Amino acid sequence: MSSYATKFSRDARRATRDRRLRETISTALHNYEIARDERQTAFQDWQTARQAAAETKWEALNLLPQHLASFADKLAVRGTKVHWASTAKQACEIIVGIVQIRGARSIVKSKTMTAEEIHLNEALEKVGYEVVETDLGEFIVQLRHEAPFHIVFPSMHLKRGEIKELFQSALGDAPSDNPEELTMVARRALRKKYLAVDVGITGANFAIAETGMVSITENEGNARLTAALPKTMITLLGIEKILPRMSDLALFLPMLATSGAGQPMTGYNTLYGGPRQFGECDGPEEFHVVLLDNRRTELLADPQQRDALHCIRCGACLNVCPIFRNVGGHTYNTTYSGPIGSVITPHFRGLQEWKHLSAASTLCGACSEVCPVKIDLHHHLLHNRRNAAKKKPSGREQFFYDLWTSLVNHPFVWWLGKKTGWLFQPLHKIVRGSPLDPVRAWTKTRDLPPIPRQSFKDWWRKRR
Amino acid sequence: MTVTLFIPCFVDALFPRAGISMVQILERLGHQVVCPKTLACCGQPAFNSGYWDEARPIASRTLETLKDAEAVVIGSGSCGAMVKKFYPELFDGTKHAKLAGEVAARTWEFSDFLVNKLEVTDLNARFPARVTFHDGCHGLRELGIKTAPRTLLAGVRDLVLVEMAEAETCCGFGGTFATKFPMISTAMAEVKCASAIETGADYIVSNDSSCLMQIQGLVSRQGGKIKTLHLAEVLAQQ
Repeated sequence: MSSYATKFSRDARRATRDRRLRETISTALHNYEIARDERQTAFQDWQTARQAAAETKWEALNLLPQHLASFADKLAVRGTKVHWASTAKQACEIIVGIVQIRGARSIVKSKTMTAEEIHLNEALEKVGYEVVETDLGEFIVQLRHEAPFHIVFPSMHLKRGEIKELFQSALGDAPSDNPEELTMVARRALRKKYLAVDVGITGANFAIAETGMVSITENEGNARLTAALPKTMITLLGIEKILPRMSDLALFLPMLATSGAGQPMTGYNTLYGGPRQFGECDGPEEFHVVLLDNRRTELLADPQQRDALHCIRCGACLNVCPIFRNVGGHTYNTTYSGPIGSVITPHFRGLQEWKHLSAASTLCGACSEVCPVKIDLHHHLLHNRRNAAKKKPSGREQFFYDLWTSLVNHPFVWWLGKKTGWLFQPLHKIVRGSPLDPVRAWTKTRDLPPIPRQSFKDWWRKRR
Repeated sequence: MTVTLFIPCFVDALFPRAGISMVQILERLGHQVVCPKTLACCGQPAFNSGYWDEARPIASRTLETLKDAEAVVIGSGSCGAMVKKFYPELFDGTKHAKLAGEVAARTWEFSDFLVNKLEVTDLNARFPARVTFHDGCHGLRELGIKTAPRTLLAGVRDLVLVEMAEAETCCGFGGTFATKFPMISTAMAEVKCASAIETGADYIVSNDSSCLMQIQGLVSRQGGKIKTLHLAEVLAQQ
């Protein structure tokens, strides 16, 4: 078992015992579900919309090289500097390089999971820069020195009382636990930072190939400020964010808002096409776009699981996943948690080290059912299991399944097995739930059904 | 019609009443039921753990047994999904590929068979109790079975069906998952049981005994009063 797998089991044990955490998640997501269902009715037909979105993403990925070239060329024509990064390390080096050339002192960032993926904050802090997260949820988890709990709701695991205490100790300012007042505290702290800052870093939700524009969706206006106030704007995005046409946004923007947060549309949806143009009165003087591969092309080369690159990072699969709802985001110990994280992390960071995430699923399929771009998530978990077992089978499991085959494939042995179970049942009661119990993993928390004297096959044989 | 009834291994060993009820119901409807001796397991435990090479010897034996069956009825949504949906994938590119497709097309989950193949909705059953129905995930999402069990329950006299909020939420069984990640599995069962108990039902009914084993396992440990029962056992009550 990899050390990540051991940690996952340990953290899952802790999280599932934390009833307060589980209730916090459940309440938040219950409210989300009600809003999401209501918003879905605004679509003429949600299932048709999903199909259309999946086909658009399929088209985008199928012609990815052409779309990326068009996206980059159109951006460059308007004076944007486009960078290509094969790895996380390269992307960090590119961004650190830009910041150093500009002689920047401090940096503001709006929410970007791609930056979490490449550990950009650590890279910038290592060379002495202060990086300030401006999304409220991200700002909160940054003050707590924590990773985001959820890809859309980074601080959903916290009660407002905890946020009040945090602001009091970290900022010395928290009049009450009223959400509006707490937001104002963060706003005051962040506004000061904005005015002193030289570089703004954003992520992107979509990259429009047709027009060479970056589409950013947010609810707080912080991404707009991050893009507008500093002299230099840097946008980091994965190459899979491509959409072929501007008109595709007509579907994808409401879909992302509905699936992601149960909103009809997100508060602010902005398109960025380049730095400040001649005659324009605002916008950054310099605009850099960093396109990240980081093993996405390897996933693209996998015909069975390529559709995992359809993901628009809405978080809908996390929200319905009974595993996520009971263990929470931090237990995954990955940038992308929940079903999509369990599917792609083994691809991005190593199948054998991360295969436990694919095993930690009942394959219930709730994720695939809600995914707006129809990623076959739970079947990909199954395929990850198959690929992991094929490349590096566990001797113990192989032995067990071979034994099982000889048991069930021979009617007499199967009959004998049932009888043995029935005979030893009274003995099992003595060790039940104790460390001597061979099925303790079950009996520690649950009872086993009694093995009846007469099995179905016994009954069937007798009645003939 | 001659119905080949596939009683999955754990139903055979642990829940014979569910299998017996299915035989009784099908025979009452005038069909001839056969239960071949060599049918035991569908191979799902190995398949779901990723050990496809180990799953094939079991699955191919099952396939060959079902080769000439007119209709195959499986007493579990999960094992039904294995044969109907996953056999074609498991045998893709092997000599059994064609047979897997043919058998899959002739295979039905029990409630689906009654309602959608035989077009029976009233079995003249009587069961005076409040009942809540748990949708097993494989039956629900792999096979799309949602209304058939409810249609059948609606035909049962004196039965009151009360839906629980988490009817479609997984019970946390998931085969080997239940013992690989017992803490998560138990937490999921807690959510399920709390939702079922909230309805004030006397029984949690499902078309999958594996889910019921998980749910009953936790209810018994917690000392709860609510009981679990397979759909076929309810429908066989006269």
